Amino acid sequence: MKEKQEKIRSEFNKDLESVKTTADLNDLRVKYLGKKGLITELTKNMQELSIDERKEVGRISNDLKSELTEEMTKLENSLKEQELNAKLVSEKIDISMPSTKVSVGGVHPLTKICDELEELFISMGYDVVSGPEVEIDKYNFEMLNLPKDHPARDAQDSFYITDEELLRTQTSAVQVRSMLKNQEKKPFKIVCPGKTYRRDADDATHSHQFMQMEGLVVGENITLSDLKGTLEEMARKMFGRDREVRFRPSFFPFTEPSYEVDVSCMKCGGKGCNICKGTGWIEVLGSGMVHPNVLNGCGFDSNKFTGFAFGIGIERIAMLKYGINDIRDFYTNDLRFLKNYNRIEGGDK
Amino acid sequence: MKLSRNFLNDYIDTSNYSDYELAEAMTMIGNEYESIEKLSSATKIVVGYVKEIKDHPDSDHLHVCQVEIAPGEVTQIVCGAPNVDKGQKVLVSLPGAVLPGGEIKKSVIRGQESNGMICSLTELGVDPKYTGETREMGIYVLDKDAPIGEDGLKYLGYDDTTIDFELTANRGDLLSVLGMAYEIGAITGTKVKLPETKVKKEVDDIKDYVSVNVKTDKCPLYLARCVKNLKIGESPNWLKARLMASGVRSINNVVDISNYVMLEYGQPLHFFDHRTLGNKIIVRQAENDEKIVTLDGQERTLSEQDIVIANEDGPVCLAGVMGGLNSEVEEDTTEVIIESAIFNSSNIRRTANKILRSEASSRFEKGIDPKRTYMAIDRACYLLEKYAGGTVVKGLQKYDTIDYKENIIEITLDDVNSLLGIKFTNDDVLDTFKKLSFDVKVEKNKFIVNVPSHRLDIHIKEDLIEEIGRIEGIDKLPSTLPVTANTPGHYEDKYYFNKLVRDRLTSLGLYQVKCYTLTDINSLNRFTNDPKDYITIASPMSEDRKYLRTGLLPSLINVVNYNTARKNNDIMIFEDSDIYYLENGVTTQKSLVSGILCGTLISNDWHKDKIVIDFYTVKGIIENLFEYLGFTNRYHFDVVDLPKDFHPYQSARITIDRDVVGYVGVVHPSISKNRLYAFELDLDKLFNVKVRGIKNKEISKYPTIVKDFAFIFDSDVVSSDVCEAIKKACGHILDKVEIFDYYVGENIGSDKKSIAFKLTFMDPTRTLNDEEVMQLFNKAIDSIKNKFNATLRDK
Repeated sequence: MKEKQEKIRSEFNKDLESVKTTADLNDLRVKYLGKKGLITELTKNMQELSIDERKEVGRISNDLKSELTEEMTKLENSLKEQELNAKLVSEKIDISMPSTKVSVGGVHPLTKICDELEELFISMGYDVVSGPEVEIDKYNFEMLNLPKDHPARDAQDSFYITDEELLRTQTSAVQVRSMLKNQEKKPFKIVCPGKTYRRDADDATHSHQFMQMEGLVVGENITLSDLKGTLEEMARKMFGRDREVRFRPSFFPFTEPSYEVDVSCMKCGGKGCNICKGTGWIEVLGSGMVHPNVLNGCGFDSNKFTGFAFGIGIERIAMLKYGINDIRDFYTNDLRFLKNYNRIEGGDK
Repeated sequence: MKLSRNFLNDYIDTSNYSDYELAEAMTMIGNEYESIEKLSSATKIVVGYVKEIKDHPDSDHLHVCQVEIAPGEVTQIVCGAPNVDKGQKVLVSLPGAVLPGGEIKKSVIRGQESNGMICSLTELGVDPKYTGETREMGIYVLDKDAPIGEDGLKYLGYDDTTIDFELTANRGDLLSVLGMAYEIGAITGTKVKLPETKVKKEVDDIKDYVSVNVKTDKCPLYLARCVKNLKIGESPNWLKARLMASGVRSINNVVDISNYVMLEYGQPLHFFDHRTLGNKIIVRQAENDEKIVTLDGQERTLSEQDIVIANEDGPVCLAGVMGGLNSEVEEDTTEVIIESAIFNSSNIRRTANKILRSEASSRFEKGIDPKRTYMAIDRACYLLEKYAGGTVVKGLQKYDTIDYKENIIEITLDDVNSLLGIKFTNDDVLDTFKKLSFDVKVEKNKFIVNVPSHRLDIHIKEDLIEEIGRIEGIDKLPSTLPVTANTPGHYEDKYYFNKLVRDRLTSLGLYQVKCYTLTDINSLNRFTNDPKDYITIASPMSEDRKYLRTGLLPSLINVVNYNTARKNNDIMIFEDSDIYYLENGVTTQKSLVSGILCGTLISNDWHKDKIVIDFYTVKGIIENLFEYLGFTNRYHFDVVDLPKDFHPYQSARITIDRDVVGYVGVVHPSISKNRLYAFELDLDKLFNVKVRGIKNKEISKYPTIVKDFAFIFDSDVVSSDVCEAIKKACGHILDKVEIFDYYVGENIGSDKKSIAFKLTFMDPTRTLNDEEVMQLFNKAIDSIKNKFNATLRDK
């Protein structure tokens, strides 16, 4: 018996060595553990043996069976792993090949600037309102302290439709509308983004159509320093945390006092460079304290209320922020231009 | 305003300030400068005397000159100018001089030594538009008495700098050197010296020379004086240089004086030749269609808004704008009547806009200080006596209706600080007024300010506050935020809706574009069967930008054409914008969103992935948008009343709750050779669709049963009608019906099509049994057979 067992054992060891695939292993399994396998052979003439002998043979064949099974399972696992690895290797792809992209769109860079400004002003409690582009002379000029024949109208050569109707030259027209609409004459804060039009020939720095965002705050005890603080927030949001603003006296008929607002140069930080023409400052917008004539004309008692107003040129902000040299690019809509602005910036995070 | 520093220095001492410092300081108090330019940038220019001149031995046009460049010092200079001659006083640039054209060096010209260059004014860098110099005229010849060796620029008055200021519209007073002097005095703290106006001798009586009759209320002040025995000639060098530095060309001594006084005081003057004017001045409004030939030789047709100066025969001057040709100062004029007046600024502005803008009109438009009207006329007399040999006639003809009330404004320190949010002191306030030469009295807490008459821009407290902020500076202005009710900010509803639409379209892959509102006539009323009464610009810049667009698609087609010409072939763009038109004559505003798509939606060539944009892509984008906006099950596409400019068989009308909200389809091939897919939606209507809030929908726990069938239809059957019929036949247990196959081809007949439907049945409350589903399925089959004359296809 022992001999038989030894023989099977040594034969199995030899066979096991020649197994190369799981298929070979299956053959092996049939040869030893199958119905007609060698181990079954061992127990073939059991009825002829004594009970003790039977026990002995049973034990030996069982031990042998589990011994062989264990070794075959071990080999099987290792073979499966090898085969899987081989399969994976065969599936190797070149990940450097071009990707399949789902098309994504984006907003126009001017909208992007407006969105950023609106987000800031809404967070400071401003309402975002709009007004018509075809405006009446009364709102666009007269009630902003610019009567007919006022020389300051020269700065805003207009597209008139009739004597009384024109394409608005400034979003300031919405100031008047908002103040008149405010029936209870309560304090308020608004920004009004929109298209504006002036009769300028189009070139790299002039566009007959452009966008502005008007800001207006009316309340009690509103001061120029409030305007400064507000515009600093704006400048820092758009041009970076270290920006400073300064006011330079100017003239707009609807504000008194009036100021041009300069922002410390975003390129050189104020040391002077070619962008700021060596001054360290860049003019970005016009602003001032709302003229009493405008307040009173719109039903806000100027003895009780003061206010500030500012007008941001959206193209100007975009051109400064992104380094765009030709204002016409905004209206040509070259897709390569538009796509360039379809991402977030460091400051957005 | 071009400010000559030499001119300015007559009235105020600014020697402590460089040109740049002065310009910067003015900018910081609100008077921005555009440029700083020297009248001549040349260096080392001296007055020379041509002692000897010989022809150059080796040249047919050069001359070899012996030039005395300092008393007793003679040097040799080779000169090519045709007009150089012995005995001339000339401008010599010495070796080492830097001219705009380059540096002058000792040289040898065809064997002859040359130690400098004899110059023209143009070579000194002076614009020929002021000198009338041409190349052929050669070198500039100085007066005989020019002192040899003196600095040539100084001798001519060219040692000057012009600072060009871009002034704000409210500061008419700064359109004068004197006004500038007061303003600069507020920076430097120095006092202004007034010009000399006292004439030496006066004769006769003005009454015997001219009378003034003002017949209009548009001329509140009119002064006239007379100067006789004038000798017209060239102006002195300094006067010519001052005018040049101020941007004015010299004509002759008399005309130059009128311009000079205007520059000095900001008061435009007019000189009439007494011979042609006659003895009667009438100031009146023009008659309609009255004509006058102005100084520039042009006949101008007037209207009653224009003001004219006339004699008994008719107009002799278009008041405040330009003189008449018939009374102008001529070479042989000996007697002038000087006009110094104020005209209504609105009338002048209207006339100037219509006819011609001039140095005079721009000053009248912005207002004149009447005190200067008086000063200027006397100053002109003084200068005519001194520089044009004139004899001044005694007296002044005047018409004066000005109310000379003092301009007094009261203000407190609190007024100032509460508007600016800064802490100025009483001394700061007083300092400002002192620097500006404003008279001020202090009473208790109040400053009572008497604003000088030349500051026509100051009317109210806030104007004074601006002056204080301006002069004292607001560098120390703190930064604060407005303290108001702490309410959250909101978007205007429609503005926000527009933003949502925009965001969804960009997420669907479209780029937003922005186009011009103004367009040409051919772009109006396209893609519509409902032409709008469009709006026209009264004074357009060009035919291309004359009308307000009535739709957005023509602009988008232009964008597509621009891009495809640059090989940007895959295009998905939209624009959201308002359009304007007239409805029953009233300007009406409407918001649209339109898009155009063409090319491929997704492609990866090597990977064989490609989805080409077609009608169904665009339809899908609209459905996606509508579902986002909450319009699910409420929108519908049909082919009723398709607008022109769309493909008549590949386009659809879009309705929501039966209301037409837009169109989608292929752009008609007659408009674009490229196959373009377009849509246009009425944003106002989309905004007004009422949408309910989102409610949770239980996800069914029970299994679905899926069945399918295919039918052969006549080709004009519409698939959505079949789907509707299926839904109707199956009721609420039918969860959805989908089309999964479509076929046209010969083996089913040429006017037939096959459509295969997949029906998904589901009941969220229970498990369906096959029998009831089969019943509904068969009901659907019968319904289709009956309604559409269709044949069920065998599996």
